[in-house]
Amino acid sequence: MSTSTAVVGKRRRIRPGRVVLSGVGVLVALAWIFPVYWMLNSSLLPNVVLTSTSPRFLPFGGSLDNFTAVVAGGTFLPALGMSVAITVTTVVFCLLFAFLAALAISRFRFRGRKTFVLAVLFIQMLPAEGLFIAQYKMMSTLGLLNSVMGVSLIYIAGVVPFTVWMLRGFVAGVPADLEEAAMVDGCSRSQAFFRITFPLLAPGLVASGVYAFLQAWNEFTVALVILQKEEYRTLPLWLRGFVQASASHETDWGQVMAASTLVAVPVIIFFLFVQGRLTSGLVAGAVKG
Amino acid sequence: MTHSTGSGTAAISPTTEKPARPMARTPRRRRTPVAPYLMLVPSIVILLFALGYPLYWQFLTSMQKFGLSQQFGKPPEFVGLENYIKLFSDPQTWAVVGRSIAFCLVNAAITVVLGVLIALLMNAVGKGIRLLLQVSMLLAWAMPVIAAMTVWIWLFDWHRGVVNWLLTAAGLDFTNHNWLEQPLSFYFVATVIVVWMSVPFVAFSVFAGLTQISDEVMEAAALDGASPTQRFFSIILPMIRPVLMIVLLLQVIWDLRVFAQIRTLQDAGAPLAETDVLGTYIYRLGVGASDFAMASALSIFVLLLTVALSWFYVMHLMKEDTP
Repeated sequence: MSTSTAVVGKRRRIRPGRVVLSGVGVLVALAWIFPVYWMLNSSLLPNVVLTSTSPRFLPFGGSLDNFTAVVAGGTFLPALGMSVAITVTTVVFCLLFAFLAALAISRFRFRGRKTFVLAVLFIQMLPAEGLFIAQYKMMSTLGLLNSVMGVSLIYIAGVVPFTVWMLRGFVAGVPADLEEAAMVDGCSRSQAFFRITFPLLAPGLVASGVYAFLQAWNEFTVALVILQKEEYRTLPLWLRGFVQASASHETDWGQVMAASTLVAVPVIIFFLFVQGRLTSGLVAGAVKG
Repeated sequence: MTHSTGSGTAAISPTTEKPARPMARTPRRRRTPVAPYLMLVPSIVILLFALGYPLYWQFLTSMQKFGLSQQFGKPPEFVGLENYIKLFSDPQTWAVVGRSIAFCLVNAAITVVLGVLIALLMNAVGKGIRLLLQVSMLLAWAMPVIAAMTVWIWLFDWHRGVVNWLLTAAGLDFTNHNWLEQPLSFYFVATVIVVWMSVPFVAFSVFAGLTQISDEVMEAAALDGASPTQRFFSIILPMIRPVLMIVLLLQVIWDLRVFAQIRTLQDAGAPLAETDVLGTYIYRLGVGASDFAMASALSIFVLLLTVALSWFYVMHLMKEDTP
């Protein structure tokens, strides 16, 4: 269906098949973008408009009032602080640990190396849903429930495996010969590393860092179990709580959508940076380049 | 992208001095090195602490009697496989397992078929429309799960949701229709949402595979008189088979663990017992009812299922690993 047009596409002639396909393309794009658009649209409109009989499809007469109301509610900023604290802790330690491990497995051959790689690959597949009860119990015994550290420890362990795998590819991409050449030219070992290898690894570290950021920022399951007190909620938990609190009287959809937008926008921006590398990391080998 | 490196690398530079030295040593020299083991220590320690120990505890607990009296300090009693027998002779467990597997297979199948169709579409349309498709897919993919769920619940709201309004405007009477009340309709909504979230990954991966099929091959096939359907099944499909297998497998594994999605939909007002999947059921057993033995036994089952499913994927990735 698609290929016929791809082949003759070079000839500049308007074909009905192509017009139909373009139409389908626009419809599919609209279907996928609509929920995101609807979130933004609703976040700008007052609840009175949203709960009137027919929906308003463009934010005419909209304002940022919902956003001001959500932030003024006083629970958003503490949740943001909690999310930032947990995410920064996770990203820093995860990169540190994973970078060392990635160097080890891509620059050395040693006994147990293969076992480690195999373990890492299996561990990254383990679902949080299969372990969170035990992690909850452990953190409760250690007195780490409702703490940044309790959640961060679990997040670091959860994100390290895929980060090791991702960084391993980047480290392997920088030939060790390059460093040796720099040393022949008179660099010391550490100079050679920091001047040659490290800059070449920077994109890999950024990509892995953003990956860890997204995982920690969006995580819901573990946070739900470990952070049960209201004042320790991260943003996803806060959003859930906000929806529930709003639903207890009559849901103010304008504010709820403003809250969702506040949670989503930073994630979308960061996500656009790493999308390409994420895909190639997950389907490594099945698609070249 | 490199602009933002500053903060990320600053944290790392002080410690990288140590690995810098052994790095230069090429792997060709066959001395038993200590450095790589030292470099693995932090990762292994955190994995053992946050995953290994809970796993061990869970395994142990799944073979112990762990009820309310144990909560208050009574030492647990070893009961072997009794919990598992009790768990799997309960029809409720099988209902949950069956529901999870059915949901997972249906969603994975729909996602992969739609993803392939959209990838073909991206390949067939002009540059402008392709860009439009890619941007919309990326935005949907980037949405955090909880934010996406909240929007979808608003879209399907029984009272003022756009979906009901559109269907009513199209001539069907959906005024004040509650989508989440009936389990089947609940799962329909969940499927729409999960498919919407998952299709972008499949579409992008398959599209990347499609771009590697050379135009010459396709043109030659067209000249030889192969119909579009023939070209799809005898050229395109075999060429994208590897990526398709991986993507399908990942979807099955991911759709088995739809916790956040189902949980938030349940929050929006659905009968719990009839809509529970594995994740939410474990949550209710463990956190809700404090029945840690049963929750652990079911968790172990989920882990075994995941490991079995992941086997092929992990073996495939291992082939990529050339030291």
